[in-house]
Amino acid sequence: MTPYFDLSRRRFLRTTVVGGAAVLSIPLLGRQAGIPGAIAQEVATTSDAALFVSLMDDGRVEITCHRSEMGQHARTAVAQIVADEMEADWDRIVIAQALGDKRYGDQNTDGSRSIRFNFERLRLVGASFRSMFAEAAAQGWDVGAETCRVEQHRVYHDDTGRSLDFADLVATVSGMEPPAATSLTLKDREAWRYIGKGKATVDMQDILTGRGHFGADVRLPDTVVASIERPPVVLAKVESFDASEALKVPGVVDVVEMPALTENPVLFKPLGGVAVLATNTWAAQQARSKLKIEWSDSPNQGYSSDAFRAVLTAATDAASDVHTDRGDVEAALADSQRTHSARYYVPHLAQAPMEPPAATARTTEDGVEVWSSSQNPQADQQLIAGFLGLDESKVKVHVTLLGGAFGRKSKPDFAAEAAYLARATGRTVRVQWKREDDIRHGFYHTVSEQKLEGGTDADGKLTALRHRSTFPTIAATFSPGAEVPNFETDLGLSDAPYAIDHTRAETGRAPAQVRTGWMRSVANIYHVFAQQSFMAELAEAAGRDHLEFMLESIGPDRAIDFAATGSKFNNYGADFDEYPFETGRLKHVLKRATANAGWGRELPERSGLGLAVHRSFLTYVATVVEVQVSESGELSIPGVWMAVDAGTVVNRDSVRNQMQGASVFGLSLALHSQITLADGAVEQANFHDYKVARMPEAPASIDVEVVDSDAPPAGVGEPGTPPFAPALCNAIHAATGKRIRELPIGAQLRA
Amino acid sequence: MKLTINGQDQELDADPTMPLLWVLRDLLDMTGTKFGCGAGLCGACTVQLDGLAIRSCITPLAAAEGRAVTTIEGLSEDGSHPVQQAWAKHQVPQCGYCQPGQMMQAASLLAENPSPDSEDIDKAMQGNICRCGTYPRIKAAILDLAEPAA
Repeated sequence: MTPYFDLSRRRFLRTTVVGGAAVLSIPLLGRQAGIPGAIAQEVATTSDAALFVSLMDDGRVEITCHRSEMGQHARTAVAQIVADEMEADWDRIVIAQALGDKRYGDQNTDGSRSIRFNFERLRLVGASFRSMFAEAAAQGWDVGAETCRVEQHRVYHDDTGRSLDFADLVATVSGMEPPAATSLTLKDREAWRYIGKGKATVDMQDILTGRGHFGADVRLPDTVVASIERPPVVLAKVESFDASEALKVPGVVDVVEMPALTENPVLFKPLGGVAVLATNTWAAQQARSKLKIEWSDSPNQGYSSDAFRAVLTAATDAASDVHTDRGDVEAALADSQRTHSARYYVPHLAQAPMEPPAATARTTEDGVEVWSSSQNPQADQQLIAGFLGLDESKVKVHVTLLGGAFGRKSKPDFAAEAAYLARATGRTVRVQWKREDDIRHGFYHTVSEQKLEGGTDADGKLTALRHRSTFPTIAATFSPGAEVPNFETDLGLSDAPYAIDHTRAETGRAPAQVRTGWMRSVANIYHVFAQQSFMAELAEAAGRDHLEFMLESIGPDRAIDFAATGSKFNNYGADFDEYPFETGRLKHVLKRATANAGWGRELPERSGLGLAVHRSFLTYVATVVEVQVSESGELSIPGVWMAVDAGTVVNRDSVRNQMQGASVFGLSLALHSQITLADGAVEQANFHDYKVARMPEAPASIDVEVVDSDAPPAGVGEPGTPPFAPALCNAIHAATGKRIRELPIGAQLRA
Repeated sequence: MKLTINGQDQELDADPTMPLLWVLRDLLDMTGTKFGCGAGLCGACTVQLDGLAIRSCITPLAAAEGRAVTTIEGLSEDGSHPVQQAWAKHQVPQCGYCQPGQMMQAASLLAENPSPDSEDIDKAMQGNICRCGTYPRIKAAILDLAEPAA
């Protein structure tokens, strides 16, 4: 079987493990970011370290990862933290994957928070076991525990030259009362042997040999596969359907109408439609194509992307919800030596993880058991319980490896479809989305228009900045009709870091007419594209070097007190004392990336360098892109240089890998990707018309400097994405004089 | 219908139009080969047919009759194939979902052309999407395996 969801092994472990003994008083450090209520979870105050660590008779240590693995190597990082503090031998650890369970506290693997929320807490878990092993050995030797040393799975008493392996101490530790968290001593940073190093992913061997088990790979006895035809427009429902041809396809076992989704808020609920169940995926898909379905009208069927642009433009001009207001921006603009304004547009986007959504479910005696590629198994429990009328405790959710996620898989509609069909048919059901389903039935990154206005004085110095932004808000997914943005304004709008006296940030209102959700770095994508492009435009208009203009505009080293400067910025839910916004760190990454890129060097014809810098998810990232644009408008990227300050990092190579990948993710949305709607339906279907970056377009190299820092750990999965598109577009301008204000770039350079 | 999969003879009684992908995944429970698009657009389902990379999601079972199929499970069971070793050395995978297809494509390329340069690699690998964005590492891993041109 597999280490991701093997029930039998868990049962075995429970009998060989420190029973209820290892109970610790470890506070959960779970904190909630300001994300809409429907995904906020009760933060438990579990004190059961056995949730995270189990000891096996042979001395191996099983470490449970409660965060989902979607390529950011959370399973490896959790193991690095616990094993380091525990002084466990890396070759004698086993990684297990947690079920959805409130006792873990927050499991929502989203918002780049896995390390930030868990670093200190997991260190305490590891340290408590190190302490108990020392105590167990000391008791046997009749010496003081403080005279014992724990190193790499052994306890040593140097004075007498004695030592014992963890395996020799498991029985004793099992009977021990664990120490209070306050009595534990954590290792000094200098003594870390795994934290901060570049450990390969613990799942490497499985992935290399095809044994990595993803959501679609769960194989249980007598499973049928469901393929579901869903309404083309959100809130449309089945008026009638004819399954007679579908039922003739060999292998088909059942056709089931799904419960219709008929009103807002859509939450994470399944969309409805008609499911075909068959003994294999091919038969289910073939039969599904033979369904004849009449769909009802929907209140969303008037939604067309082309027409909606005028709505966004009007709303942006009328923007009146104020998020930052300092000085008198209108007067300052009027007084400026030079003013400039520009509008930017970024379309809807789909996360499009390589693994389309997939989940398996079967009924149990009193509930349902689900295997899902979920970013947030507690959300699966909550949704499924509500959908089926079960108590949450009767919904058991196993988390598989996720074949990419990028925000899509924190919405468990697909797992609820599987659970519903399992209950409705009494069968074990695997719901397998097609790529067309993923592209057409997503929770889309929202569409946005922005207008920026800026002023500079006679010296070309920034004096005033006004940023207006309109986008249908994610809040509408949870509150019917919501048009006032929620947390999105904190992502690149309310946190402009400039040392100027006059600035304002406002949003306009626009209705959401698709399911709106978050995608890797969320609103930072459009806000940072616009704002970092606009800063380059202002520098250009004032005849200034972009780097020099940025360093001057960010101004002196300081921690920005947003509340005192008229901004509602909430700092990703983190304490400002613990995670101040430090302009010195922002400038430092910009200086490092530009130095590494050779900013200012001579370049060939039609080549250019562009930069962008931003702090998101509490991490500072600067990106410099070098681009070459041919006469015919083909672009290539000889190099990218990034500098990242994420505070304390657990896995240095994973940080580099995430930054590189985030740049390629940014490249996709910059070059190609867009979701458009006509009459309420998504017009794209698969990778031929929802294009993403491929190898020939990828940067030839992506250099990443990870800044050494003792600051608390910040986010890594998302913050590499926002600076890429503006850095690329600034480079294109440097190379060609053409300013890109609308994504994707598509054919704009060929015009 | 008879074919060879990873060196083992298989006799299957199945719809000859069923794509090889679903034969592997659903009839044989060989889940190493992944579903990404169902239309030959992303390469996640790449396997080798008589040593050459093909998209199993658009290759009907009938087209594999009497031929030798190699999947990721058959590249090497223990990860000792040079491509797997290079992937480990360069720590290529993030989520890992597309990587079986990437490795099968890379192994096919290297069998045909032991000394690919960057452009050859772009051409051979452009049909394989990695949404995590590991392209620079994939290319570095393949270049690492490329024999110096004579």
